[in-house]
Amino acid sequence: MTLLASAANEPEPFHPPSLADFFPQVFLFAEPTIPWFEDDSPIFGINRIMLVRFIAAIALILIFVLGTRKMRLIPTRGQSLIEMGLGFVRDGIAYDLLGEKDGKRFLPLLTTIFFMVLAMNLTGVIPFLNIAGTSVIGVPLVLAIVSYLAFIYAGVKKHPGAFFRNSLAPAGVPWFLYIIVTPLEFISTFLLRPITLTLRLMMNLLVGHLMLVLFFAATHFFLFSLGGGFIALGAGTLVFGFAFTVFELLVCVLQAYVFAILTAVYIQLALAEEH
Amino acid sequence: MDNATTILAEINGNIGTVGYGLAAIGPAIGVGIVVGKTIEGVARQPELQGRLTVLMFIGIAFTEALAFIGIATFFFMV
Repeated sequence: MTLLASAANEPEPFHPPSLADFFPQVFLFAEPTIPWFEDDSPIFGINRIMLVRFIAAIALILIFVLGTRKMRLIPTRGQSLIEMGLGFVRDGIAYDLLGEKDGKRFLPLLTTIFFMVLAMNLTGVIPFLNIAGTSVIGVPLVLAIVSYLAFIYAGVKKHPGAFFRNSLAPAGVPWFLYIIVTPLEFISTFLLRPITLTLRLMMNLLVGHLMLVLFFAATHFFLFSLGGGFIALGAGTLVFGFAFTVFELLVCVLQAYVFAILTAVYIQLALAEEH
Repeated sequence: MDNATTILAEINGNIGTVGYGLAAIGPAIGVGIVVGKTIEGVARQPELQGRLTVLMFIGIAFTEALAFIGIATFFFMV
């Protein structure tokens, strides 16, 4: 690559995407800082990703407030879209997995999780925003903790006193196997669930952003730095970039669905009579 | 001559990349099995398609988490 680049006329070097893309410059509230944490990182610092998160949250609130203000029995196009989304979460996730009674209790939580993840994911493919609010660990971690607390709450409320015994020491196992089973159950239920919820969402969006940047940076490099026969290659990477944008759109919806449905599954497991 | 061969033979980068490649094999096979079995199930009983699709996505979510743990280890282990 370096040989090819030096042959061209005043070549601009290829800029591969890097992790630094996810830590842009703080432009607001650079003070106060935490002295002992990561070289004086600002506590309330607003960078590009935080701004994108604010935009996503405001857009989400506006859509739902304006879209449900004047409800009609025969819905307009906008209202029917919102009804379709809300109905999908209610029927497809909450009622389907938890049943009507428990589903109704946890419906607000599941709806919030689904639409918040969806809105913050979609900013990754919207032009000029171009980075997903969930591609840095903050939002996924907060949502995972909410989901973690929700299923522990559901279990403790349903089986006071017996929830932790049921989930750590499942019935029907010979007593000597508890030496192996209990630590495994502890790790898989109380440690790996929040960790995998966080990492699944964050890494999907992070990797998706890196892929898109890689394709479009390569297009820029082929077209403007190399030129000549490489324009054909540049056209190829451009087409792949658009194809991956469509794929990212699918990933956005799928990850929102998976996050909500896993929360519902964890609540369902906590509510079940026997573990 | 000697200098040129050393430069040609040079590879730089991080061996962690290879580690991620290895970590992706298992989840890839796992997701393939999950989806394949779901298709088999739907072919046998098309009326169960909705239920099986939900289960498929749950299964995929659990399986592919391993691949994403694989990506993450590169960042906090290296």
